[in-house]
Amino acid sequence: MNIHEYQAKELFEKFGVASPNGQVAGTAEEAEAVARAIIENGEGKQLVIKAQVHAGGRGKGTFKNGFQGGVHLIETPEKAAEYAEKMIGQTLVTKQTGEEGKLVSKVMIAEAVDIERELYLAILMDRETCRPVIVASTEGGMDIEEVAESTPDKIVRQFIHPLAGLQAYEVRKLIKALELVGDQAKQFGKLIKNLYALFLKCDCSMVEINPLVVTPEGDILALDAKFGFDDNALYRHPDIVAYRDTDEEDPREVEASKFDLNYIGLDGNIACLVNGAGLAMATMDIIKHCGGDPANFLDVGGGATKEQVSAAFKIILGDPNVKGILVNIFGGIMQCDIIAEGILAAAKETGLSIPLIVRLEGTNVAQGRELIANSDLDVITAESLNDAAEKAVAAVSA
Amino acid sequence: MSILVDENTKVLVQGITGGFGGKHAQLSLDYGTQIVAGVTPGKGGQIFGQKTPVFDTCEEAAKETGATVSAIFVPPPFAADAILEAVDAELDLVVCITEGIPVADMMRVKEIMRGSKTRLIGPNCPGIVTPGLGEDSHGGCRIGIAPGYIHKRGNVGVVSRSGTLTYEAVYQLTELGYGQSTCVGIGGDPINGTSHLDVLKMFNEDPETEAIIMIGEIGGNAEAEAARWAKENCSKPIAGFIAGATAPPGRRMGHAGAIVGGEEDTAEAKKAILAECGIAVSETPSDMGKTLVGML
Repeated sequence: MNIHEYQAKELFEKFGVASPNGQVAGTAEEAEAVARAIIENGEGKQLVIKAQVHAGGRGKGTFKNGFQGGVHLIETPEKAAEYAEKMIGQTLVTKQTGEEGKLVSKVMIAEAVDIERELYLAILMDRETCRPVIVASTEGGMDIEEVAESTPDKIVRQFIHPLAGLQAYEVRKLIKALELVGDQAKQFGKLIKNLYALFLKCDCSMVEINPLVVTPEGDILALDAKFGFDDNALYRHPDIVAYRDTDEEDPREVEASKFDLNYIGLDGNIACLVNGAGLAMATMDIIKHCGGDPANFLDVGGGATKEQVSAAFKIILGDPNVKGILVNIFGGIMQCDIIAEGILAAAKETGLSIPLIVRLEGTNVAQGRELIANSDLDVITAESLNDAAEKAVAAVSA
Repeated sequence: MSILVDENTKVLVQGITGGFGGKHAQLSLDYGTQIVAGVTPGKGGQIFGQKTPVFDTCEEAAKETGATVSAIFVPPPFAADAILEAVDAELDLVVCITEGIPVADMMRVKEIMRGSKTRLIGPNCPGIVTPGLGEDSHGGCRIGIAPGYIHKRGNVGVVSRSGTLTYEAVYQLTELGYGQSTCVGIGGDPINGTSHLDVLKMFNEDPETEAIIMIGEIGGNAEAEAARWAKENCSKPIAGFIAGATAPPGRRMGHAGAIVGGEEDTAEAKKAILAECGIAVSETPSDMGKTLVGML
């Protein structure tokens, strides 16, 4: 799950991670009021107005109404209102959004910050060591992958004991690596402790601050942040679930999530409906191997109900690219007869008019195959996975 | 011989009174597995099915019945605690089927388990099967959720992160006339108790296992680590398959651990490493059995 910049800032404020003064606005009037308040409390700094979308490259993006740039420097509340008017309710296209762009429904207005140094700071869950790791570098503001490639010695990693937590000496090592002294060292010490607390308390899989800036006045501020959350832990974080913005997601994936289906949309024309994540991936792979293109990843899970299978069919058929469907079920937890009933019900309900290839194996397979054989629907049955993939590719090329 | 479990293994089921746990406990009993106890806090004294006693704690269940292995079917918010309870009861093996345990919970479990005598398999796994000698492999030890009847007692060891791909490989082997010593699903989560490498080492030591199928997927470096070890140390033929060649980068493909994070953990990179280490890589999931048989 991704969150907006203004939501990341809210989390930072809640946990005491310093970031520039700023607030979110949903209308031009709000933008003007927010800008006025920041100017009145501020120190005569410039402001910046930023369109809120889950995509990078906002500064160089273009709105579909012709307005250039999703990030602007402004000086007056009136300008904030004028720019907010041009951004809110409009669609921003950046190099990361694709042609269709993203609808902007909020803008953030914040103090523009002068920068003396740009640092990099992140906390991740490391799967190799099964520990959180703090990654820090003096080379902030650029792509960390590039830094890792060109100057790997400028990246330090501090692994944290999961039960003991962050230790004072570990903080001192990071301060040394980031070449911070005096009051800045103190500020950083507070920031990293609070950031680590945030990481644990919110069940993050990743928090990345890039850049973490040192201002000419000597303040250390988180200028931009990226968050990742552990989906498995969202049940205990209703406040973070509330940050979800379904306007930012593929509508097919949003629909699938309502039925607890694991769906990821792709560009091909052969839809797959599979039980088990490994087999679902392997089914996509074998379609490709046989010369076809998968339209999606779809794992209906271990205990799918008839309703879920029906919903899965509707989502698949909602994709206009889909020219055929391959159902591949190896029943362990799932019973083939239940899947067969679901497939038949869904095919009837949706008035299926494209080829449907079904391969069933596992628990209650005989009953499942019988149900399909006795139905009046035109279903292509397959014996093996390879057979199913070949038949699917042939059916969509016919 | 086999690894981890055999027909004499006594198993307790944590979460036996839940719908999911109960259903699979019964299927294991029907398969001939010695499910000797259930554990559900607050339901001690009940009887599951015909005669399986339910206890309030793992400790009591193990003491009263001699169970040495636990299967966990407890919902995600309580699963980490259930694992630690089984560790505290000093069981030899804990097989956690539960999917969806928070990563932070597993991180703590893993740390607390360091140095304990208990081995953890999973979580988010299909479990273990050591097939029996009866019809449709009846009489074996089935812990978890695999369909028992597709197995056949024999000499191939199977290890996989994915449940359904394990069944696929087992089914292919059985159809080709090759039985299995033990099939181990290590689970699809980023933090798990037992790795591909751990299982390869056990198969290498096991006299009954003569060949191995290792199934992996995108994300992490566990398959590469196992392959590099096998190149130097494993005397038995291994066939491999890696799922996720068509997965878009950065997306989590169902399994919490199945995400391409960098160049090294793509399907192509892993397949190349496996091949370099002398493992016969199956091009499609349909050919896993054939690929192994081709090496024998």
